[in-house]
Amino acid sequence: MSAPGRKLSTSRFVILTIAGAATFLAIWYGAALTGAAPPQFLPMPHEVIARLIRLIWVPFAGATLEQHLAASFARFAFGFGLAALIGVPLGLLMGRFRWLDGIVSPVFNGLRFVPPIAWVPFAALWMGTGIGGPVLIIFAGAFPPCVINAQRGVKFIDRPLLEASRTLGLTNVQVLTEVLFPAALPSIIAGLRISAGLGWMSLVGAELIVASSGIGNLLVKGQSAIDASIVMAGMIAIGVVGATIDIILRWLQNRLSHTP
Amino acid sequence: MTANGGAWLYRSVVPLLTVLSLCLIWWAGSASGFISPMTFPPPSEVMHSFWRIAVDSYADGQLYVHVLYSLKRVLIGFVLATLIGIPLGLAMGFSPSVEAFVNPAFLLLRPIPPLAWIPLAIVWLGLGDAAKVLVIFIAAFIPAVINAYAGARSLPPQLAEAAAVLGIRGTRFITEVLVPGALPMCFTGMRLSLQASWTTLVAAELIGATFGLGHVLNQAALDIDMAMIVVAMVCVAVLGALTNWVLAVWETRLMPWRHV
Repeated sequence: MSAPGRKLSTSRFVILTIAGAATFLAIWYGAALTGAAPPQFLPMPHEVIARLIRLIWVPFAGATLEQHLAASFARFAFGFGLAALIGVPLGLLMGRFRWLDGIVSPVFNGLRFVPPIAWVPFAALWMGTGIGGPVLIIFAGAFPPCVINAQRGVKFIDRPLLEASRTLGLTNVQVLTEVLFPAALPSIIAGLRISAGLGWMSLVGAELIVASSGIGNLLVKGQSAIDASIVMAGMIAIGVVGATIDIILRWLQNRLSHTP
Repeated sequence: MTANGGAWLYRSVVPLLTVLSLCLIWWAGSASGFISPMTFPPPSEVMHSFWRIAVDSYADGQLYVHVLYSLKRVLIGFVLATLIGIPLGLAMGFSPSVEAFVNPAFLLLRPIPPLAWIPLAIVWLGLGDAAKVLVIFIAAFIPAVINAYAGARSLPPQLAEAAAVLGIRGTRFITEVLVPGALPMCFTGMRLSLQASWTTLVAAELIGATFGLGHVLNQAALDIDMAMIVVAMVCVAVLGALTNWVLAVWETRLMPWRHV
């Protein structure tokens, strides 16, 4: 792992980390205190934290922070769950049957370049601004990695394993559930991680534009009130939830890659 | 090798048939009234809308004006992010001191989805080009840094040691060992950056812009002009695919040794 110059003593690491954090905060405080940026555009770090804590108790834009987050998370779970439930089996089958790959791939590759957010007008017209519209956008963001990784997982399975399972007389369904799925699992979980990240990001985008509740809507309301501290507090909340989702999936990934 | 004929069948004939039959279903479904024009517009209307925006004008401009505006924003944000992000990522990957110093700020900002910066960018910079370029920059910056970092870390330590023994250091080390070694990962990062740029561009333009494809989408959604929405989505997808292709061509030119 360590190239020459890659070794770093613990004390040096700690000092540099603290120095880095301090520089970051110093620039932020410096810009705020010298008036380089007006306080309503750039609140000081402790003000943002205070605002974040206040949002937990005091409702803003019709709900408290945790209610906004709960509404967002429900949409996310719905869209992401749907993408995984449809995308992973589809990807497995595409990896297994070339004719299906030939049928689905051209459509899939065409749609892949449409950014999830570009579905906003259709989502709003087809499904409204309640739960349906944002869920469609999250689905559009989370779907491709599920399919691609499941398909790649199957493509890289050892051929002898497939031939052996066929020789032993497994049915197609059994091959799918007992050979393909377990063997492709590490790749699938890696895909789910990417897909959760993209889904969470698409959720924020969807809520900025089409939703009337949720954490993205909190940001929009903060923006129209020209209150940067609300916007920044909301961004921190979004970052924390997104990072938590990723940590849970990474933990799952590590656990699964250790079991044979 | 007998599978070659089959591969050709699945790679070109089946996809072509799929696309043709989908077009046929679209046309027949719309003509027979099975697909209502309010759910999905018929082909003739889409062609008409395309003609209208390409030759006349829609949302205050002809198609090429919107395309040029969108392209300009994406390219500025993407190029800036690449020019700053890749050297930073390489430095972080090669020097643990730099990594320790930058990490606190990077870890704080990384989990925040780029789209969540849109409201803050609007508060800071208004609805002009600068806010959009800032958001695209942030979106493209993070994959550029992460992949350049991974590229620098993936250099075999023996290579760096050999270079040190041969007395290659300083600028020569960077241009002849570090950059070529990390280049494949840097390109992976640039592809991800480019895709993120287009996604954020559309979102940023949907929220507020006077020109650009996202603005066309927004205007079409307000007019409930389904055909124009399809035209704008196809344009975004084509531009995304096209810029991705340019990057791929450039990648093969710069790294001929990877494709021999």
